[in-house]
Amino acid sequence: MSRQSNRGTESKKMNSELFTLTYGALVTQLCKDYENDEDVNKQLDKMGYNIGVRLIEDFLARSNVGRCHDFRETADVIAKVAFKMYLGITPSITNWSPAGDEFSLILENNPLVDFVELPDNHSSLIYSNLLCGVLRGALEMVQMAVDVKFTQDTLKGDSVTEIRMRFIRRIEDNLPAGEE
Amino acid sequence: MADEALFLLLHSELVSCVYKSPEQGEAENGRCITKLESMGFRVGQGLIERFTKDTARFKDELDIMKFICKDFWTTVFKKQIDNLRTNHQGIYVLQDNKFRLLTQMSAAKQYLEHAPKYLAFTCGLIRGGLSNLGIKSIVTAEVSTMPACKFQVMIQKML
Repeated sequence: MSRQSNRGTESKKMNSELFTLTYGALVTQLCKDYENDEDVNKQLDKMGYNIGVRLIEDFLARSNVGRCHDFRETADVIAKVAFKMYLGITPSITNWSPAGDEFSLILENNPLVDFVELPDNHSSLIYSNLLCGVLRGALEMVQMAVDVKFTQDTLKGDSVTEIRMRFIRRIEDNLPAGEE
Repeated sequence: MADEALFLLLHSELVSCVYKSPEQGEAENGRCITKLESMGFRVGQGLIERFTKDTARFKDELDIMKFICKDFWTTVFKKQIDNLRTNHQGIYVLQDNKFRLLTQMSAAKQYLEHAPKYLAFTCGLIRGGLSNLGIKSIVTAEVSTMPACKFQVMIQKML
């Protein structure tokens, strides 16, 4: 990126290379700290979750999106508003299950993996697993329990990256005992 | 283009991931700082490679420091370093009066004891950037009142 191109852009926008490289440094560090890829995946998901539960606040405050009435609407908001806002991409939504409780996000290019090549000895590492945690955490804060996982990954030779989302249940408001 | 909120949240997650227990000894604390710093170092190396792709060769050390204060800082933190001082013997002090990673935390002395964790990554960022421009250095940071902070760069002369 040239020296000039970032000047005068919107104030909330920033250089995505910084984010991509920082994320890369994190994954590298985790791979050093943990012995197997499974643990790295788990840790990434956990960190993503922590980010998600906070990111949702930022998102709702800035996007003016109200409550979603069904999962299809949720899918639209995630793909067209949230991904656009935070990563500058718009994934496409496909593969709806007949019941309408499952769909896939297809990412043509995943900004997290811009400069990445997976070495052979990390075949079970889900490099961008942070994203799953973010989606899960954010949706949990709006009363949706959702299962999120990668089913295709360009890093592993697939032609696109696919994130599968499955709606589990609606989380009921739990009032503390003694309050109405 | 990514959004700033993502980086800020990722960074604070990075810090809390490295610092697993809140109560730990001095030695363990040092290890955590080193870890954060070395992550920053890698990122700095990568960034400077991308940013200097189209720039002319730097004249001297000072020119490089100016680049760090202006262009590098603007791309990363969207503002310039507010004050650059040097003793012309290899020590530079970069002062940022409103450091982005501290602004949301406090505007006075509250949480001052936690500030070093949030500076280590950036120290590495500077050191990594300089390193890829051929300058070996030691970078430290100090805060007296948030969100202002000073980064001190000590250039190691190559023998």
